[in-house]
Amino acid sequence: MGHSITVTVNGEKKTAEVEPRLLLVHFLREKLRLTGTHIGCDTTHCGACTVLVEGIPVKSCTMLAVQADGQQVTTVEALAAGGTLHPIQAAFKQEHGLQCGFCTPGMMLTSIALLQEKPDPTEDDIRWALSGNICRCTGYMNIVKAVKSAAVQMKTATATPEAATAAARS
Amino acid sequence: MLPAPFEYHAPKTVDEALELLDQLGDEGKVLAGGQSLIPLLKLRFASPGHLVDINKIKDLDYLEERDGALRIGPLFRHKSAERSSLLASRYHVMADAAPQIADPIIRNRGTIVGSVAHADPSGDWGAVLLALDADLVLRSSSGSRTVKARDFFNGPFSTALEPNEMLSEIRIPASRSQTGGAYLKLERKVGDFATVAVAVHLQMADGQVGSAGIGLTAVGPQNLKAERAEAALKGRVLDDAAIKEAAGLAAEAAEPKADHRGSVEYKRNVVRVFTERGLRRAYERARGGG
Repeated sequence: MGHSITVTVNGEKKTAEVEPRLLLVHFLREKLRLTGTHIGCDTTHCGACTVLVEGIPVKSCTMLAVQADGQQVTTVEALAAGGTLHPIQAAFKQEHGLQCGFCTPGMMLTSIALLQEKPDPTEDDIRWALSGNICRCTGYMNIVKAVKSAAVQMKTATATPEAATAAARS
Repeated sequence: MLPAPFEYHAPKTVDEALELLDQLGDEGKVLAGGQSLIPLLKLRFASPGHLVDINKIKDLDYLEERDGALRIGPLFRHKSAERSSLLASRYHVMADAAPQIADPIIRNRGTIVGSVAHADPSGDWGAVLLALDADLVLRSSSGSRTVKARDFFNGPFSTALEPNEMLSEIRIPASRSQTGGAYLKLERKVGDFATVAVAVHLQMADGQVGSAGIGLTAVGPQNLKAERAEAALKGRVLDDAAIKEAAGLAAEAAEPKADHRGSVEYKRNVVRVFTERGLRRAYERARGGG
């Protein structure tokens, strides 16, 4: 039996008829064609499919689409809204925080949630927060560097817009 | 991977959920955090005809001390336990266990009560509840009953829950002064199930052990309570001899199986070492340190 659900994905309300067994990740990738959310292990281990549900990182292969009814979901596609890279994306680029890029959407969304909670994380905080996201290229050193760098950028940006522009130019 | 087809229900009240469970019998399954259940459905290890999702029911996400007990509601998530200052200051074994459950993203969604109802012998909370001598409230449309944690687990993924019941609350005797606890877990990597873990809870009284609770993870068909080790500590001064004796008895209580995580001898030895360390840490905390 189909269920009609309305999910706010990246700020836009999306309504669809879904089978209860449809996983959130399939809803995003197949119904909405938002393929930035990757399916890695499909067994709740790797974190490649991480999205934000109501701002909280969730493995979208381990949540039913019907459970997201009435909720806000953020995927990697929302980050470069308007064509400008989000500071976390800019930092991953700058610090070579990716090699094959498969884990990157999940890594970035988990990092954003961390930085919202702890704008000034220690290296331990970052490694701890990302311990549910696996990078097969084992590029962890640069991923951690990228998150640190994004933290600095985002703090500066919130402090003064002028400073943020200056930092971006430097 | 897709689960087998099922009907989905999202009741708004507990009564509505219990009525559904009554009607559905064996075909109904409660969905809380889903971090164990959804993988099971996807792997087709389980294929219930109906899921009763309790996430839309208000007021089930709570942790509170009331009437002599710490009460945990069905939607209280691991992450909230990890962040709870109440647990950090007064329920050490829980505070120790919380950040060691699965990984941070799973902890955002998974619940303590759901994990206990799932009854994986490698689950962490079962051992914690055995050490704390918790009561579990099992509710159905015709009323509720209370079962001790030691009578709840019947074997792998098997509990005292009837198909029409839901685990509606966990109750832990409220922490008094001079209590301490610890949870020690050996895992190969973050997110792996425990190779071995040991939960310890101590209530000291006048320099002696008033009562001790010791729960074991991943070394038997279910979470085990090391009752002979607990009994051996009661009324004793917690010196090296008492600690060694209890650790030996806890290791004897373990029924590990050899697998890719280790041999029987190895796992039994980890139980012994962790019980020793756990008792020392719990004792330190009961005396106001660590």
